[in-house]
Amino acid sequence: MLEIKNLHARIAEDGTEIIRGLNLTVRDGEVAAIMGPNGSGKSTLSYILSGREDYEVTEGDILYNGESILELDPAERAAKGIFLAFQYPVEIPGVATMQFLKVAMNEQRKARGEDELSTPDFMRRVKEAANELQISPEMLRRPLNVGFSGGEKKRAEILQMALLEPKLCVLDETDSGLDIDALKIVADGVNALRSPDRSVIVITHYQRLLDYIVPDTVHVLYKGQVIKSGDKTLAHELEANGYADIIEAAA
Amino acid sequence: MNMQAGIKLTAAEAALVDIYNEQLGELPGDGATLLARDTLLSDLKKAGLPTRRVEAWHYTDLKALLRAVPAFVRGADAGRVDPIVPGSAVLSVVNGKAHARVMQEGITVRSYGEALLDGSAATDLVARDGDDVIGRINGSFVRDGLSIDFEDGLVVEGPIEIQSVQNCGQVNTRFPVRFGAGSKATVIERHLAVGEAAALVTSVTDVTLADGAEVTWIIFQSEGEADTHLAQFKAELGADAKLRLYVINGGGKLVRQEIHIGVTGEGADLTLRGINLLGGESHTDVTFTVSHDVPHTTSSEVIRNVVLDRARGVFQGQICVAQDAQKTDAKMSCNTLLLSDDAEFSAKPELEIFADDVQCGHGATVIDIDHTQLFYLMARGIPENRARAMLVNAFVAEIVEELEDETLVEALEGVISDWLEKHA
Ligand SMILES: Nc1ncnc2c1ncn2[C@@H]1O[C@H](COP(=O)(O)OP(=O)(O)O)[C@@H](O)[C@H]1O
Ligand SMILES: [Mg+2]
Repeated sequence: MLEIKNLHARIAEDGTEIIRGLNLTVRDGEVAAIMGPNGSGKSTLSYILSGREDYEVTEGDILYNGESILELDPAERAAKGIFLAFQYPVEIPGVATMQFLKVAMNEQRKARGEDELSTPDFMRRVKEAANELQISPEMLRRPLNVGFSGGEKKRAEILQMALLEPKLCVLDETDSGLDIDALKIVADGVNALRSPDRSVIVITHYQRLLDYIVPDTVHVLYKGQVIKSGDKTLAHELEANGYADIIEAAA
Repeated sequence: MNMQAGIKLTAAEAALVDIYNEQLGELPGDGATLLARDTLLSDLKKAGLPTRRVEAWHYTDLKALLRAVPAFVRGADAGRVDPIVPGSAVLSVVNGKAHARVMQEGITVRSYGEALLDGSAATDLVARDGDDVIGRINGSFVRDGLSIDFEDGLVVEGPIEIQSVQNCGQVNTRFPVRFGAGSKATVIERHLAVGEAAALVTSVTDVTLADGAEVTWIIFQSEGEADTHLAQFKAELGADAKLRLYVINGGGKLVRQEIHIGVTGEGADLTLRGINLLGGESHTDVTFTVSHDVPHTTSSEVIRNVVLDRARGVFQGQICVAQDAQKTDAKMSCNTLLLSDDAEFSAKPELEIFADDVQCGHGATVIDIDHTQLFYLMARGIPENRARAMLVNAFVAEIVEELEDETLVEALEGVISDWLEKHA
């Protein structure tokens, strides 16, 4: 599914290198957790996967199903099935949530050469998915992410993910700011999407989310590199002992 | 009228004088009406069209910009179009000829042409001040319009559309409108062209809101690419009256829309929302003044501009607070999205405050598409061009949504996205 090889990337504006020789492989159907202290480059990695222009790849490559995606813009990557659930979903006043969902779904279908959804079909899909995530119709009538609480924003991200049916899902701290009930709803939403041909990268600070979305692999990101990889027991180890030992061992 | 020798007139000024002299015999009204017209035209001739040296016209040098004046075309018939909001009650004005008709009970509509004929409108035909060029031109040439009265306490369901449509020539109209105490209504004042031929449109709307009246008034201007549109909207707000005024410009070559509001009753509230969609080589000037004359009144003004191509836009906004008008709360902002290097927008906000216990503020910004928002939309698979168009649309749709009435919002968002699709 995803192969990141010796990736180096910097902030386009000032040239600061954030990702410094990162290697990571995620197989089809795998759920990979990425953990690491604040500022280690987790969000930056997620943005680079989605093609955000603020970052420049200077070395290495990102292969998605065997093909480099570095030349693709964010919309092209999304149409190919890469989805990022933002750590901080963006508020867009003046864009109605429903209209946004419809345009996004149909643009992706168009890019893949599929027919547009009929309005009733679209409405039915949104209704069903919103129901699962306990998102009210009232919330869907508001402008995109405007006036949503922290938890509502995160649930709205998962709603988009469910509707767009991506192949590679990247969840950037989707658990932060969620109470335990909301966390369960979100985790159920993600688990419902697990399938042999869909991979998930879960970026998180805490073991907590990983109790609900159980990962196949766990990777520790520090200063723009993966310094240690393991299975789900690595997350428990981190929970118990913190990052200091691992960082020291890697130094 | 007396031709004064020795004054050098521009082609447009000379045309105005010539057309007046030619058509004098057929302009409605004699006696007092004629005298009022004569006075306005001779003042116009004396002062000439304003240049940038006249402060109120500093950004719109009418003398230089107004090159030619088409004459009134007898028998022109532009036909009618569907109202913006389906199902609206339409009052139709075709090439300047108004069709007064019977409306629901409580609304009285009279032909303004008749009021000109019988002399009762003569007292309207005066300039606001020495710089009131629109008042002078319109008052000299006005042929028709509608006087509308909403009786006290009347609540009107659904909008009324005053539809002024033209395809050529000259249109000079007036619309005196009175909203009785406690009445509620939504009026769409629409000016549009259905032909390519150049036209000169002047229009003066004069609205009174009696105590407690609540009015939503929407001006939507979509004249043709060769047209000159000179318009004035004046209103007086009685105690606890609420006026929501939306001014949407999406057409014309040379446009000046003046808005002059007197907040004269305690507790009155004015909301002004302006949307200027400017493209091509057009020049559009929205000039606004509000005077808060009594204590405890509020006003809020938000202007959003989208400027493309080589278009030029102007917003002059002046808030005056009289010495007695304590506790006034007035806020004005003007935001512009410049989408081409050759596009231009000038904003001149002005506060004149003589009271000491007030809250007043203003701001003007030029902004760009927000890159984080653009990335977010693209990350969902929306191609860059479409994502940009959505954000431009959102920039203006945001203030349309404040209207809350779903059919109205949908209709206005429709005309805005049509314009953007055609131009951006
Ligand atoms: N666009 C940017 N401008 C300036 N600094 C940035 C930018 N993006 C990332 N950084 C910096 O890069 C480092 C990694 O940030 P981030 O990827 O957000 O870390 P994490 O998500 O792991 O907490 C931080 O020091 C952050 O301040
Ligand atoms: Mg982060």
